[in-house]
This record gives sequence, structure tokens and C-alpha cells, in this order.
Amino acid sequence: MSKKLNRRDFIKSTTASTAGVATIASGISLTTFAVNDNPVTKEKRWGMLVDINQLSESDIDNMVNACQEENGWGNETHSTGHQKPSWIKKIKVKDRATGKIDSLPMMCQHCEQPPCVDVCPTNASMRREDGVVLVDKHLCIGCRYCMMACPYDARSFVHENLSNQKEHMPRGKGTVESCTLCVHRVDKGGVPACAEAVSGEGVIFGDLYDADSKINQTLKKIQSTQIRADLNLNTGVRYSGI
Amino acid sequence: MNIRYQQIQGRSLGFYALVAGLGVFILAALGSVYYMEHNGHFVTGMNNRIVWGLPHVFALFLIIAASGALNVASIASVFQKKLYKPLSRLSGLVALALLAGGLMVLVLDLGRPDRLIVAMTEYNFKSIFAWNIILYNGFFVIVAVYLWMMFERRMNKFSRKAGIAAFIWRLILTTGTGSIFGLLVARHAYDAMIMAPKFIAMSFSFGLAFFILILMASYKWSERPLGDVVLNRLRNLLGVFVAAVLYFVIVFHIGNIYLAENKNVAMLLFNTNSIYTNLFWYGQILLGSLVPLLLIYHPVFKGNRSVLGLASLLVLIGGIVQMYVLIIGGQAYPLEMFPGKEILEGYGELVIYQASLPEMLLGVGGVAVALIAVVFLIKFLPFLPESLADKVADPHHKA
Repeated sequence: MSKKLNRRDFIKSTTASTAGVATIASGISLTTFAVNDNPVTKEKRWGMLVDINQLSESDIDNMVNACQEENGWGNETHSTGHQKPSWIKKIKVKDRATGKIDSLPMMCQHCEQPPCVDVCPTNASMRREDGVVLVDKHLCIGCRYCMMACPYDARSFVHENLSNQKEHMPRGKGTVESCTLCVHRVDKGGVPACAEAVSGEGVIFGDLYDADSKINQTLKKIQSTQIRADLNLNTGVRYSGI
Repeated sequence: MNIRYQQIQGRSLGFYALVAGLGVFILAALGSVYYMEHNGHFVTGMNNRIVWGLPHVFALFLIIAASGALNVASIASVFQKKLYKPLSRLSGLVALALLAGGLMVLVLDLGRPDRLIVAMTEYNFKSIFAWNIILYNGFFVIVAVYLWMMFERRMNKFSRKAGIAAFIWRLILTTGTGSIFGLLVARHAYDAMIMAPKFIAMSFSFGLAFFILILMASYKWSERPLGDVVLNRLRNLLGVFVAAVLYFVIVFHIGNIYLAENKNVAMLLFNTNSIYTNLFWYGQILLGSLVPLLLIYHPVFKGNRSVLGLASLLVLIGGIVQMYVLIIGGQAYPLEMFPGKEILEGYGELVIYQASLPEMLLGVGGVAVALIAVVFLIKFLPFLPESLADKVADPHHKA
């Protein structure tokens, strides 16, 4: 007998490639999901290669803007300073010895061994089989321990009530959120909004395991690095040029 | 001599004034929770860099103190020191009350406190936080059973076994609380398993300070005799515990200074003018450790109860400051994402946190909940011996 699918497995293993939404009255919707022919499996590992030598500062700004536009964050009216969410941000670093200055986009690194998932008491922080790290907004109790554990300052806590949310990206006051690698796009065969916002080869998105993929082939050829590689988290997001 | 336990009368004006006073703090805390949860955390001083603010400082302080308050009972039942036996019931009560207060603050500061049931039903056994939920709940059960063994004459013979179980449980519990920080590999301010024994030492110290103050206040206000033998013993014990905490603090920071990767975060406490440096030196070290040690051990103050009370109070204030430096200071220091590089933009500055009034009220409300629980329970159940005069507490005592 096949295992009955619960909500959690559903989120983890299906990709809502086709969603039929029927509005039967104001505020009430019936949503039906079709089972995907292409389920999420560990045969894939989604990843991203960021070549900072090919990214200008305005490219990175475009990535941030695209993420905001796609996922609907950044319009919070009450949150101030560090209370504002930041799923992706531009960081500028200077080498202490040489003075070389680099700018790079920083977001959830989609670790294979994510500390946020380890520490989450309720399993709200989770890693899909294909390597995408997500927060189940229904299980998150807002304890913020994942934010303490994340080595990349990649997570945000929703500090206020929200309105006009994107249909594909529900968010909620009192829960934690971060980059989803735009799973809603990826599951339909697309690429994350930030990657799409960059023209040229500055950001390559794809399946790290697929020997034919561009990201796999490029990573075989060039020198790349993981941020805080010492932590041995095996990140899905890789950088070159730092 | 048999110890006779008796409820306090609790009919005086002072008693009702105390209950009313604590009640005001509790109501203020509940009002604050409503305000913060209704609006969202933007009305607090917390943000995405300081994700745990003043409520966590108070919550963890109370939880740590809770496990330590049980020590007095443990010394009696596990180590069989007779002098502590009459204090065991109160010790168990203070432990439960402090834990209740701490957990209340912790839970009410969640982003979604309404989802507490999720925390009770969905467990990630890799999470030390999830383990702590089990450890806290287990502590309530074990200490409640332990108290029952002590109260019920027929069950007295099992009280030692229950006491040993409670003692082991509390050591695991505080190890778990310390590990919340010790296991944060990404943060240089934490990431050291010495946090676990350090938290155990802190629990001994904070818990005993709470116990001494509650013991002295309840005997004074209920006009029951409390002899010097008991207090002097507790005074010496407190001194040892304060010194033990200081030892762990010194070892921890020397370790950090020695390791190049942790040097920057250690220096935050040693040579900057930030609020965390000042709180560390003046609050935690001077006011919370050195002054209490002086008050406890200097011959001039020997046998002086007011000074012992003051020393205990300073240990508690120093304890809150220590938790503040640890929790807030540790987060304020930026993550070392790029070793060997300086972050110019986008991240990396030392964050200054300013607690809002509702956060303070919630934290203080937790202390009030703990105290009101003690006040009510000693009125309704016989927790306190009628007398702790020297000749009762120690039959071999010679005046």
C-alpha cells in the first residue's frame, strides 16, 4: 500500500505545476493541485554559481529588486532599519591585505547540512530532496532559533501585518522567511528571479548533479568557493572571483 | 527533632499588598504581550540582527535560576546533608515557580504563541530546542513527584530516589539550555561547549540567590525564627557558586582571546566603548561578581543578614546583566562571514539594541509570576518549617 501523503510530504515532494484556482465567493477560493509528473527527488541538487567578476553593482541591485518584485517583500510600512526583511542583499567586502574590493549578492546558501534545519524545534525549517531549503509557514512558531543558527544572516522575521501578498508566496507576521530559490518558478521549469535579472553569465542556475548542465560543467572548469566553507555545510550557492 | 511545616497565614495587609503589587506587574506583562502580538514585533527593539531581545534575557535567566534553586533540596537528599533537609520543600517550589515564570516569557515572545501546540506535537529530535521543551516539561513532572514524596509521609522513603532523579534531570536540563548557545557553530560569540558547564555554574549561583532572598523575606514577613546556622551555610555556598561562575567566565574569555578566529568578538568585551563592554565590566564582573564576593567573605560583614540579602540581590542583577551581555552582545557582534576581509557595506556593523517598554514589562512579569506562585503556594500548602531557629535546624548547635 502506498504511503498516504500528508501536508508536509506534499510540500516537500510535489511541485504544484498546475494549480487550478476557482473563486466561488469573495475571499473563498477552491484550489486544486495536479500531481506533478516530475516529482522532487534527490537525483537533483539545485544550485547557483555567482561569478562576481562578471557582476556589476547595478547587476546585484537588479537581483535584489527582482527578488522583491517576485516575492513581494520590501514594502513593509512599519518595520524600520534591521527589522525590514532582506531575502537577498548586496554586500561589499575589502581584503584586509590587498585592499581588493568585491561586491556580491548574499542570500540563503541552500546548504546540504543546513544549521537552520538542525535547530528548528518543529521541523518548520526543512530541506527538500532537491536541496532547496524552505520554511513551512504553517509549522513555524516564530522562535527565531534558525536566525541565530544561520551563518549567512539570510533569514528575516516578519515584524508586522502584511497586505497585498503575492499569491504564489504567502508570508505571515510572526514567522521566519528567506530565499526559496524561487521554487514556484523552478518547479515549472523556470529559473529564480534574481538569476533571470542578470544578463550574461554572472549567475548560472541549474542542477549541480547533472553532468550536462551548464553549472556543473562550469564548476568543473573554474575555481569556485563556498562562503564559510570551514563549516562543511556544502552550500548550493557557489561563488567565483572572491 | 522533627521539623514541623506550616502554611503562612496570609491574611495581613502586607500579604495582600504584595499579591496586588505582583498582580499589577503580571497584568502589565499580559497587556504588553497583547500589544506586541497584535502589532507584530516591529513595536519592540528586536530586529533581524538582534532576534532575541530582553524577553529572552529574562526567560533564560529565570530558567537557569530554576534548575539552580533545586540545589538546596539536592544537597539534602542526594548528598544527605541534614541541615538542608527542612529547606527542601521550599527549594522545589522555588524551582518550579521560576521555571513557570521563565517559560511564560519565552512562550509569549514567540512570533506565533498561538501555535504552542505545534511545539508540543511536532518534534525535530536533532534540535536542542526541541529537547529543551521535553526537558522543561519533564522537570515539572519530576520535581512535582519529588515534592509529593516529601509531603506525603508514606512516600518519604522514596524521596531520596526522587531527589537523585531530579538532580540528574536538572543537570541535563541546564546542559541543554547552555547547548542552545554552545551548538551555534556559526557564531563566534557562542560555539563552545563550555557554555554547558558555565550555565550549570550560573544556575547554582542565580538559583541560590533567589532562594536566599525568598527564604529571608518569607521568614521575616511571617515572623518566624530563622537562625544564623542556616543562613551562614547558604552564604558560604553562594560565595563558592559566584566564584565558580567567575572561573568559567574567565576560562571562556581567555579561550576566545587565544583563538585568532574568536579574537575580535572577545575584544568586543575588552577594549571597545560599546555598551556591552561597560555592562560586562561594571555590571557582570564588578557588581555581579566581585562586590558580592567581598560582601560574602569580608570578615566585617560576617553574620550580617542585610549584607547577605544585598549580596544575593547583586548576584541576581549581575546575572541579568550577564545574560544580556551573552545574548544581546553575542548577537550584536556580526557574523564572521568573510575571514580576512572587512565588510564595507550591506552587513557587518555592531548593532545597538534598545529594549522597548513592553519587552521590559514582559520580562519583569515573568519574575512576578514566579514570585506570586511562591506566595500563593506557601499560603495554601505547608512548604515552610515553623521554625528554622538554630536549635531546630542543627540540634548539635551550641550557641
